[in-house]
Amino acid sequence: MRGVHDLGGQPIDEEIDRAEHAQTFFEKRVDALMRLLSDPSRGVIRVDELRRGVETLPEKDYFGYSYYERWIHSIRLLLLEKGVVSEDELNRRIEGVRKRLAAESTR
Amino acid sequence: MSGHPHDHHSDHDPHAPVEEVEGPPSEHVLLEIALRELLIEKGLFAAADVTRQIEIMDATTPEQGARLVAKFWTDPAYRQRALADGKAAAAELGIDMSVAPKLVILENTARLHHVVVCTLCSCYPRAVLGLPPAWYKSPAYRARTVKDSRGVLAEFGTSLPDDVEIRVVDSTADCRYLVVPVRPHGSEGMDEAALAGLVTRDTMIGVTLAREP
Repeated sequence: MRGVHDLGGQPIDEEIDRAEHAQTFFEKRVDALMRLLSDPSRGVIRVDELRRGVETLPEKDYFGYSYYERWIHSIRLLLLEKGVVSEDELNRRIEGVRKRLAAESTR
Repeated sequence: MSGHPHDHHSDHDPHAPVEEVEGPPSEHVLLEIALRELLIEKGLFAAADVTRQIEIMDATTPEQGARLVAKFWTDPAYRQRALADGKAAAAELGIDMSVAPKLVILENTARLHHVVVCTLCSCYPRAVLGLPPAWYKSPAYRARTVKDSRGVLAEFGTSLPDDVEIRVVDSTADCRYLVVPVRPHGSEGMDEAALAGLVTRDTMIGVTLAREP
């Protein structure tokens, strides 16, 4: 069975958009996070594992997410699987960050 | 995690803003911040490590690969070493290859032209070229390069004679490729620094040719 990520030869006949696109801060931070987690000195996540997390995303997410959005969701999945963070503490932290940023933006 | 596919920018919208958009942060941004904070608190790395990693990324540019190409053109012994072991040849130039996967150097000739793609994701020789351009990661480039390579090259303004074989190579997580273009006419006598200026990122991916001086 062809995986959602396996695009070689697929009938996507649109023109290639060659516009240059500088990295956002979000993209750089996700990239840095993965580099740090996969560094041999830590060995928390291997590149193959990152790919498995990306390639098993539901099709609507695979094509709906941008490149690094796929990565951060794969990293989340792997850190939960490995028990590095728990779903509960992560969800609580996300809500905490949301409130903090909302408070900062109205300051 | 949910979210409507149109709520955030995606690979289908390369014109999305580069700066963080105004308004509430997306779920993806919140997720990254939350994970980073938790990992720092757990002592896996420090905030300064993240900053350092971004600095290293920003400092890695296609100029590294261009230096390799220029030396490849001018130093026959180096050319042999590079063809035998691309990673060692890059390291010889002081490029940090410590965490890089295998690197294969592909030499173009008058009869053979290489183009690099990653049909499965976006595997790319980051250590020598920096981060890949958005189009390299696009579904259109990944899908079409293997079945319509001349059509893809034409979109980049590259047209090759019919008797030039085009060989498309598909990168993997464990093996990356760097294309050494044909040395252009009129570059005889140029030094390595000047030669490196004839080579761009796109040339080393294989979608364009080296500039004529």
